[in-house]
Amino acid sequence: MTAPRYVYAIGRAFDPAGLDGLIGIDGAEVHRIAHRDLVAVVSAAPSDEAALRARLERLDELAVVAEAHHAVVAAAATQTVVVPFRLATIYRDEHRVHELLRERYEEFEALLDRLAGTVEVGIKLYVADRSPAQATPSASGRAYLQQLSQRHRRRDEEWRHAAAAVERVDTALNAYALDRNHHRPQPAQLSGAAGDNVLNAAYLVPTERFTDFTELARRLARDDPALRVEVTGPWAPYSFAAPENGDRS
Amino acid sequence: MTHAMAERNVALVDLLDRLLEGGVVLTGDLTLAIADVDLVRISLRALICSVEADHGDPADTGRRP
Repeated sequence: MTAPRYVYAIGRAFDPAGLDGLIGIDGAEVHRIAHRDLVAVVSAAPSDEAALRARLERLDELAVVAEAHHAVVAAAATQTVVVPFRLATIYRDEHRVHELLRERYEEFEALLDRLAGTVEVGIKLYVADRSPAQATPSASGRAYLQQLSQRHRRRDEEWRHAAAAVERVDTALNAYALDRNHHRPQPAQLSGAAGDNVLNAAYLVPTERFTDFTELARRLARDDPALRVEVTGPWAPYSFAAPENGDRS
Repeated sequence: MTHAMAERNVALVDLLDRLLEGGVVLTGDLTLAIADVDLVRISLRALICSVEADHGDPADTGRRP
C-alpha cells in the first residue's frame, strides 16, 4: 500500500479481467484503484525519481517509457472510456490516488462524459519542397540574379498556396469533428518524413465515424497535388484530456 | 476499432506529441519536470545521434588497448 503508484489513465469502472496480465512501466503489473464508478489504471512506479527523470531525457529510454505508457492506455481504452494522463504522473501511494479520484470526481465524470464514444484521429499534412532556392551555378551576372529572384518568387507562391490548402483541409475536417487540437509540426529529422510538415493536428470524432473521417481527410488532401496526408489512429483521446479544452494553436 | 486502438506499433514522434503535450496534467506527489523534456532538445539529440551513426569514426574501433 505504501509503494508509489504510476497513473496511466482514469476511466469508468470495467471488468478487472480486462487488464489480466497487462504489464506497465519497468515490467510492473497493472492494476486498478476504484472509487464509486471511477477507476485509476496504475502500476508500481519506478522508485528512483532522479533516475526516472534522467531516463526521460534520453530518447531511447523515453521511447521505452512512452511505449509502455501507451500500451497500458490503449489496452484500458479497449475496456472503457478513459482520460489518459500525462507521461510520468506519480503518486506517493494508493491512498493518494484514492484521494485524487474522490477530490476530482466531478471533473473526471464530466471529462469521461465528453470523451465517451469518441476516438482521436491524427492528421498530418506535408508539402514537398519542390523549387530549389539556389540558381544554377553556371548562370552569371544579371541572368543569375534574375533566376534567383524568379525562384524565390515561385517558392513564395508555393508556400502561399500550401498555406491556403492546409487551411481549407483543416477547416473542413474541423467542421466534421467534435473538437480539434494542433500539435507542433514535426521536425523532419525526428519523423524521418519527406517534405515539410505543415499541419500536425488531432481531431476528436465519434468512434463510428472514424473511417469516414479518415477517408474525408485523404480525399481533401488528394484535391491538391502539393499536399501529402498521413493519418494515424484511432488513438485514445490524449489530445483532448485537458479539462478546459480548446484549440491551443 | 478497439483492437486498432490497442495497436502498439505507432511512430514514436506521434506518441511523444501526445504523451508530452496531451493527457491530463496533474501534479503528482513526485514532481517530475516533464515540461523540461522538450521535443526540441530531443530532436536535436536525435539529429546528433543519426549524424554520429552515419559518420561513425573508424578510429573509435581501435580504442581498446
